[in-house]
Amino acid sequence: MAPAATLPTLQDALALGLTEAEYELVCEHQGRPPNQVELAMYSLLWSEHCAYKHSKKLLRTLPTEGPHVVMGPGENAGAVDVGEGLVCAFKVESHNHPSAVEPFQGAATGVGGILRDIFAIGARPIAVLDSLRFGEVGPLDVGGANTITPEGLPGHVTARSRYLLDGAVSGIAHYGNSIGVPTVGGEVYFESPYEQNCLINAMALGLAPRERLVRSAAAGPGNVVILFGASTGRDGIGGASVLASAELGDDDGDKRPTVQVGDPFEESKLLECSLQLLERGLLVSLQDLGAAGLTSSASEMASAGQLGIDIDISRVPLRERDMEPFEIMVSESQERMLCVVEPARVPDVLALCERFEIHGTAIGTVTDTRRMRVFDGPQLVGDMPVRALVDDCPLYDLAPARSATPVYSPPPATLAPDVSAPDASARECLLALLSCANIASRRPLFERYDAIVQSRTVRRPEQADAAVLAIRHPGEETPPDGDDAGADGGPVVPALAVSIDCNGRRVAADPYRGTIEAALECASNLACVGAEPLGTTNNLNFGNPEKPHVAWQLTESVRGLGDACRALQAPIVGGNVSLYNETSAGPIYPTPVVGMVGALPDARRAGRLGFARAGDTIALVGPFAPSLQASELSKLRGHALPDELPDFDIAAVRSAQFAVRGAVRVGGLSSAHDIAEGGLAVALAECCLAGGLGAGVGLEGVLAGEGGSGQDGAGEDLLRVLFGEAPGGFIVSGLPSGVRALGRRTTVRVIGTVRAEEMRIDLGGLSLSATLAELRDAHGALAELFS
Amino acid sequence: MKFGVLQFPGSCDQADALQAARRVADAELIWHGERDLKGADAIVIPGGFSYGDYLRAGAIARFAPAMESVIEFAREGGPVLGICNGFQVLCEAHLLPGALLPNRNLRFTFRQVQLEVLHSGGTFTRECALGERLSIPAKHSWGRYHADGRTLAAMDDGGQIVLRYAPGENFNGSLHDIAGVSNEAGNVFGLMPHPEHAVDELIGGSTDGLKIFNSMKLTVQAA
Repeated sequence: MAPAATLPTLQDALALGLTEAEYELVCEHQGRPPNQVELAMYSLLWSEHCAYKHSKKLLRTLPTEGPHVVMGPGENAGAVDVGEGLVCAFKVESHNHPSAVEPFQGAATGVGGILRDIFAIGARPIAVLDSLRFGEVGPLDVGGANTITPEGLPGHVTARSRYLLDGAVSGIAHYGNSIGVPTVGGEVYFESPYEQNCLINAMALGLAPRERLVRSAAAGPGNVVILFGASTGRDGIGGASVLASAELGDDDGDKRPTVQVGDPFEESKLLECSLQLLERGLLVSLQDLGAAGLTSSASEMASAGQLGIDIDISRVPLRERDMEPFEIMVSESQERMLCVVEPARVPDVLALCERFEIHGTAIGTVTDTRRMRVFDGPQLVGDMPVRALVDDCPLYDLAPARSATPVYSPPPATLAPDVSAPDASARECLLALLSCANIASRRPLFERYDAIVQSRTVRRPEQADAAVLAIRHPGEETPPDGDDAGADGGPVVPALAVSIDCNGRRVAADPYRGTIEAALECASNLACVGAEPLGTTNNLNFGNPEKPHVAWQLTESVRGLGDACRALQAPIVGGNVSLYNETSAGPIYPTPVVGMVGALPDARRAGRLGFARAGDTIALVGPFAPSLQASELSKLRGHALPDELPDFDIAAVRSAQFAVRGAVRVGGLSSAHDIAEGGLAVALAECCLAGGLGAGVGLEGVLAGEGGSGQDGAGEDLLRVLFGEAPGGFIVSGLPSGVRALGRRTTVRVIGTVRAEEMRIDLGGLSLSATLAELRDAHGALAELFS
Repeated sequence: MKFGVLQFPGSCDQADALQAARRVADAELIWHGERDLKGADAIVIPGGFSYGDYLRAGAIARFAPAMESVIEFAREGGPVLGICNGFQVLCEAHLLPGALLPNRNLRFTFRQVQLEVLHSGGTFTRECALGERLSIPAKHSWGRYHADGRTLAAMDDGGQIVLRYAPGENFNGSLHDIAGVSNEAGNVFGLMPHPEHAVDELIGGSTDGLKIFNSMKLTVQAA
């Protein structure tokens, strides 16, 4: 062992993020003070990022089992059965802090990391989605219709958010496009609390034959541990512990070297090589190298297999000379995998690595010692019990308490509608909402991504509420029997649908209901294309959990997520937690990003969001009870967050989803769109824009049905019906018979007809109209950010 | 009739091109390190980022062993289709005139584009009418076609400008709205948009790309 003189001290442990008590516990487990290698490894595996020490107890309350679940939390990704002997692997993961420090590489390696998680369990990645949060991007020029005043949004604030947005989108495009996996969807919100701490969450999906799934647990003492892929350098040292497990500070420029650098070409070779290794049955187990590099991969493989691993770091191919043993063990260099191989198969594995022009090196052995031992050639430089490293990190109880005072300041008012002049005011609100950064068309972002490579994409971004991906390649052999003939005699095309969502402002107002809304929104999006949820992944992005208010947000949010996933029968199969997303300016909005995967029997019937045919009947479907509280309009008006969100009936929302899904599946509707940010009027405008058609709508019945609160006057009631938000509402169009058929299961209110060219809404003596060109101009506001 | 589809490290759309070709004929992948074209009657060089597109798009791929055989094959008159990165490779290999520069907006851009057929009846457009519009998606960072004036004039005279972007569709800034060009002999053709992604109504809503694969098949069969 290393001489005692070089032993690190308690101060070193504190600098690496351990507490004094944790350091003492490490000494106890070791029976002596840890040396440098050991301390580095403990500090990473015991970091929040790796050990989930503030969230693990909460996560245990989430539902993780269901009829479709094949692989649940604990593996590199979760997986659900999608029929035909195939499983869909999926997971969402965050790369927030690296992206706040260096947005291009932070976002790029976020995509690279989540893709490795998918192929680490043997699935070929088939799609990526992104969930992004930035600060305000400032006034958008929408050709005279600009109602946003720049006061309250200082120029430097705007400039930073625009820089982060551009860098992150470029990074995602760079990595995703180059590796040949389509980016099929995503979401982005702009809110002040994300100003200093942007969020970059990436979700990936993959497909695998069920029997080819591989786990990460090491097995078979005497088997060989092979590291393959890129060489190892000093990049990303301390990424998980230094960056991801602490609050961001002002001097984070210094942390830039802790951000990893991605190489999608290397990953593309690594992906093809990994899948071929599995196809040929050459591997016992497989694991990717992510946060904490070799340290966590090897230790977690040993822990899962209840075995030990010996690693010789002198065999690791290095990018630079004279790397210290601890640096090799904790480097987060990208595009690397670790596998366990039976000795007789080692030559075949190394030969395949050579064919794909990547490094493949036997660096260790599986042992039955249940110890993680690190050698530098003949010298033992680290020796730790696997259990202590991986499983014995102390877990902490949260001390949740709701703050008595508001945590978030009200947004600056950018719109002051004159409710005494309802006609002009409603039109002004509609155009302001369509052009605001949270609602404007995402096309300038989607255009940066390849959405169609792999030839599965049945619904591209902006064609439907959820992305739809054919499970089989079109043109691939279909089973010869007649069972899967569709209604018209042709073969059906089974497909997956996927959606990702979370409105952090609504979660900030009410963590419990806001989180349920995020899950319901995903399920509603799936319903609009005809898909039923199979499983859920989530990324809990929160502030510092040691602060009582954040602990309360986290606790309430996880309670909501559990209730929602149970109600939707969409269990959690995996996910990620990202804490300490806060700066001296305060915490981010609590942002429990929900990703949901569903199945639909025949992609040829997949729903669309745009109106399709003039003359079609338009209906408002579902138990929609709009409120302006925490709505997008209330944000534009500068209103503070309410203390809670209005209650709603999850079962009634589910019934509406069931009805819409059924109607889409039998081809009974021309379009289906879920009502979200901006409410009914914005949803109608989106249906018009996506279909290139107008609409004539009367909402008298809706207003009467609501009864009106009366408190805020008639003008406010009109705005509430037009722009209020709530879960459970859908705009559908179709033949009258198809639309009315929904009424057997949920509320259906026929509100109008699809027309050419103009959208017109009549309500309570108010008449709101806009041409398609006016709507399109307003909706195109984000183009400016990418010009 | 058999298509051979090249696969380089970093290729992305080789499976898509393979599936598209299989809709009209047999098709097989050809690994970049092999010189044997496996008896293919026509070659497709697919889209993607061959060798990471480091150095310059297509600059390394042209030296691949498989490309030596493709160059030989093209000189003997065999039909060769280069799509996106494949087009870039063919220009780098001097099998096609001109070069592809970064898009005018300097960004990767994905868009369904309308193309106009300027030269019909050739190896790749046998199934297309003169002036016909094709709806085919494009997705690239380096798609701005460039050639010097004398070359362009000669290409124009020789019917080598096969496809151009319809008015308003030229997002990358290509000279004269050029989307696809052939060599003088007409047996080598490159285009930036992706015909292999316009072969199925369900996936993208257009089957116009099949006309190019079908034209190649008919040409081979007529020979």
